Amino acid sequence: MSKIIVMTSGKGGVGKTTSSAAFATGLALRGFKTVVIDFDVGLRNLDLVMGCERRVVFDFINVINGEAKLNQALIKDKRIENLYILPTSQTRDKDALTREGVEKVLNELSKDFDYILCDSPAGIERGALMSLYFADHAIIVTNPEVSSVRDSDRILGVLNSRSRRAEQGLEPVTQQLLLTRYDPERVEKGEMLKVDDVLEILAIPLLGVIPESQAVLRASNVGMPVILDEVSNAGLAYSDAVGRFLGEDIEHRFVTPQKKGLFSRLLRRSA
Amino acid sequence: MATVSSASQVAERDVPFQLRGNSFTMMVLKVFAPTSPDFFVQLAVKVRQAPNFFRNAPVVLDFDELPESVVFDLDAFVTQVQALHLLPVGFQGGPQPVREAAAAVGLTPMPSGRAAKLEEVVKAPDPRRQDPQQQGQAPIPAPQVLIEVVHRPTVVVTEPVRSGMRVYAEKTDLIVTSSVSPGAELLADGNIHVYGALRGRALAGFSGDTNARIFCHSLEAEVLSVAGNYRVSEDIGSDFYKKAVQVFLRDGVLSMDLLKTG
Repeated sequence: MSKIIVMTSGKGGVGKTTSSAAFATGLALRGFKTVVIDFDVGLRNLDLVMGCERRVVFDFINVINGEAKLNQALIKDKRIENLYILPTSQTRDKDALTREGVEKVLNELSKDFDYILCDSPAGIERGALMSLYFADHAIIVTNPEVSSVRDSDRILGVLNSRSRRAEQGLEPVTQQLLLTRYDPERVEKGEMLKVDDVLEILAIPLLGVIPESQAVLRASNVGMPVILDEVSNAGLAYSDAVGRFLGEDIEHRFVTPQKKGLFSRLLRRSA
Repeated sequence: MATVSSASQVAERDVPFQLRGNSFTMMVLKVFAPTSPDFFVQLAVKVRQAPNFFRNAPVVLDFDELPESVVFDLDAFVTQVQALHLLPVGFQGGPQPVREAAAAVGLTPMPSGRAAKLEEVVKAPDPRRQDPQQQGQAPIPAPQVLIEVVHRPTVVVTEPVRSGMRVYAEKTDLIVTSSVSPGAELLADGNIHVYGALRGRALAGFSGDTNARIFCHSLEAEVLSVAGNYRVSEDIGSDFYKKAVQVFLRDGVLSMDLLKTG
């Protein structure tokens, strides 16, 4: 039975697509057959970050509209076995996402894949709602600043009331926090929210803290998921987060400038 | 207090009990197709529309419309209704085998009567205020309008109230056992209790009850209001910030007191 994950945040520019690319790659690296879908219709980016933009012929919307078969639109990653990308359309808009169409595509993917990762657009409108509607798990991407935290809180409320699981009274969507662009030195100076401050407001388990890193932009520009950069802190942090998602017990790192002291406290919070 | 409750009168007379007649408002769940695969999906959708209203609400199962030949597992059916946090307490009508099965699982047979649609019960006007002329036009006066609501249950929310969410406890109190995020809104015609951090807006006595109060474990609110008298977070002194506080009207002025805890 395949699991549907949504990577969402409410706010834009916090790192959803970067995290989707890294996470999907991480799951595939661990042997799970994984597909990552771009729900940001009209602002197609995932294929760039995944480095497959020159191989896009058909897209998610073509499949929804019956203009192409799923196999024609799925792009197999050249680096990683088991990893596929379903790009979206740059010329259409979010209205092209119908609930029936999305459900049909997800059902078809469920037959083949272990994990289906939905990369949500920003906002709480149609695109975001469609990306989270069928989810079993939600990864909430948040930056350590107040507006991002508030938008994440809002999207958690939406998950609890407007997802399929909520509407049908099933087990709620499980929710975990991925705190990105975390700069321990600026946190120390009081310029950014602490991990604990964010957890206090959002009250969901911590999946991982991704440190602010030059490697993220560098990886994006060359179309390589940052998790493949095994010497960067960000890449290692994503790798840890994937491990935790799969149930492994991994200590949080890159959260203090000195790399000590906070660990035990954080671990308790994330338990 | 000027009014003396009947309970204390009973105590004075030293009688161990008193029998009284009383009326309760209950929902009737009319069952047309209990075996339909969509039955519980659609019921769940209905319940989701007003989870607080339906939570643990007693319901009477009405089997009147069932065909004589119907066969279904009533025990499992009742369990599934309970799974949606509805409490089946009785039943009415139905073919003999269904009635026997319902009695066997402990449901009370209710006298058959015509039930009004839920919307009509909720919106039923106060009979005392009804225009006599209008009443004359009504074909049959609905019996539901005479039902006296003895006690309106408090709305209890156990999940965090997230930014953008709005909870309204109509004609009753509201209790939140979790935290209320910035950008969330609590409304109650009665009192509001928050056993977590109150970071959003809280408006008690929303329909004008000046005796309503707000109680919270940690006051970090954006707006506090009792019966329309409000205060924004800027005007909440640092003495009360992140403290356990009650908010109420003292001579018509919104006031705050620290709660003694521990």
